[in-house]
Amino acid sequence: MSETILRVERLRVAYDHPRGVVRAVDDVSFSLRPHERFGLAGESGSGKSTMALAILRMIKRPGRIEGGEVWLGDTALSGLDTDRMRALRLAGIAMVPQGSMNSLNPVVRIRDQIGDALADHGVGLKGRALAERVRDLLAQVGLPPDVARKYPHELSGGMKQRACIAIAICLRPKVIIADEPTSALDVVVQKQVMQTLGRVQQDLGAAIILVGHDMGLMAQFVDRLGIMYAGRLVEVAPIRDIITAPRHPYTRMLIESLPSLEQRGGLRGIPGLAPLLRELPPGCAFHPRCPAATERCRSEKPAVRAMGEDATVACHLA
Amino acid sequence: MGLYFVAKRFGVFLVIVWLAATLNFFLPRLSGDDPVANKLMEQASLGGYAQAGIAEMVKVYNQHFGLDKPLLTQYLNYVGNVAHGDLNYSIANYPRTVVDMIAEALPWTVGLLGMTTLVSFALGTFLGALLAWPGAPRWLQWFMPPLWALHAIPFFLLGLVLMWLLAFQFQILPIFGGHSPGAKVGLTVGFVLDVLRHAVLPSLSIVLVSVGGWALAMRGMMVTTMGEDYVTFAEAKGLRSLTIFMRYCMRNAILPQTTALALALGQILSGAVLVEVIFGYPGIGALLFQAIQENDFFVIQGVVFTVIVGLGFATFLLDILYPWLDPRITYRRS
Ligand SMILES: Nc1ncnc2c1ncn2[C@@H]1O[C@H](COP(=O)(O)OP(=O)(O)OP(=O)(O)O)[C@@H](O)[C@H]1O
Ligand SMILES: [Mg+2]
Repeated sequence: MSETILRVERLRVAYDHPRGVVRAVDDVSFSLRPHERFGLAGESGSGKSTMALAILRMIKRPGRIEGGEVWLGDTALSGLDTDRMRALRLAGIAMVPQGSMNSLNPVVRIRDQIGDALADHGVGLKGRALAERVRDLLAQVGLPPDVARKYPHELSGGMKQRACIAIAICLRPKVIIADEPTSALDVVVQKQVMQTLGRVQQDLGAAIILVGHDMGLMAQFVDRLGIMYAGRLVEVAPIRDIITAPRHPYTRMLIESLPSLEQRGGLRGIPGLAPLLRELPPGCAFHPRCPAATERCRSEKPAVRAMGEDATVACHLA
Repeated sequence: MGLYFVAKRFGVFLVIVWLAATLNFFLPRLSGDDPVANKLMEQASLGGYAQAGIAEMVKVYNQHFGLDKPLLTQYLNYVGNVAHGDLNYSIANYPRTVVDMIAEALPWTVGLLGMTTLVSFALGTFLGALLAWPGAPRWLQWFMPPLWALHAIPFFLLGLVLMWLLAFQFQILPIFGGHSPGAKVGLTVGFVLDVLRHAVLPSLSIVLVSVGGWALAMRGMMVTTMGEDYVTFAEAKGLRSLTIFMRYCMRNAILPQTTALALALGQILSGAVLVEVIFGYPGIGALLFQAIQENDFFVIQGVVFTVIVGLGFATFLLDILYPWLDPRITYRRS
């Protein structure tokens, strides 16, 4: 198998609820090559954000990482103490938060929010040196130098998101995890921000995990796509293959639900409701909504099977 | 840019002072009573020893106010006097002026209640922040139940208990007053220590009672703040716990607390009566209490005026400091 930069192995995350345990990430494995753009798509509540946080080991109570391992290169993250894990965040794996209004500290200037990150990772720049570093970073994400002195509320949504990207790349991480980085932005700005994200990722030579629901965006941006359903990674395949020949019925329905320009019918949704993770059906979690479900699907949980070198699927029928 | 804003806010403050003065002028005239005449009658009926003083006072009083002149002239005179810091004479302590008496009492009140308010705020806020913080030592939790309990009881009750315990049973602290009787007032080490010793009892009861409230409010704000996206992002940035705690959580959670602090500081003058009467503290509250007992109308007026000015000033300070604490509140009009 080819070289990998990040490897997630049988990762499991659960949230303890008063009325039972919710397994938000259930036995998920995948790996990322250097420079690769990996997409993670799925319905709301399928566990995408939980997985992103679990990779950074930032799951908070009532959640907990039940098992599995994350490797960054040769380093097993579960073996790191708190301080080494802290040092690895941003420097090794950086997160670009959702493009919401609220990911930047409202009372601290952008320059100082970058400065904080550098300082706490042992890059103690001051005065002019810091100003220069900040200016370079801002330029890399297409922001004018005067943004350094501004407070978040003085920036537009797109500018804030660029500022977040500037922070995320300030220590040249090997992996960037972007959780719906553009979901709060309008379509035009969304496109520009994604271009910026793609460009800095290439400049850095980092791998990226892009989390989102937008299959159109995924199709344009990522090299490989993973589909999550009810906490499981039900299919992974190169983006071209997955769009033209999806193996899992859920993936197929996701792609068919995309509105295309040629056929301007009404939007086609996926029939049925996303399952409650607390009360998953036995067998394949998707079987109640699956048009092709068989008796086996109702009783036996499908295992994840490799389909060639860089694809997997968890379906009895594929 | 900020100057215009500050000037405008100061203008508002001046308007408040003017309104307070106007109220002070018209209220006694509305009641129809003449407080000076009342006081004179009262004192005359008590016996003749103050006769000379009263006669002189009436003369000064009439000259001073030109009571023969029309109301408008009187009013303008009065406002002019207030602007020059003249709040008339004390009726009961003639020829002492009200301004004198307030100036003497004010430092005691501001010293005691200002300090205790600030100390309670600082202690309570920090404690509250730590109580919300998962990385804080567990034993801190033990502070909370007693502080809640103390917060719920009236502070004078605690004051009396402490007084009984520390001044009466163990006799380690003076029971009464702002300083030892007969002590030479001045900036000497001996006098300062004496003042501090006298301040311990009232301070302790105020701080113990108010810390819980600050801590409770701060803990709530802290929990809210810790759920904000920027705190999650701060953690994803790999910041040190201390940075996240101080600069991302506390720095934001403290904003509503500062508003409460400014209001609390503005209210110390009006809140002083009970403390100072119980502990025999020579501050503005005791002065007001005494003036009410002696029916010393001009002192009462003066204290009320001072209280309003104090509140107005606290609000003014908050207004000009807040944009600096929270950049989202700009100097420009909203
Ligand atoms: N803090 C939490 N406490 C309890 N349950 C949680 C918590 N966070 C997430 N969950 C549960 O975990 C499941 C997965 O949530 P997650 O946020 O990972 O989904 P997602 O795929 O990112 O959804 P979205 O597309 O809406 O962002 C959900 O069913 C949710 O109820
Ligand atoms: Mg999410």
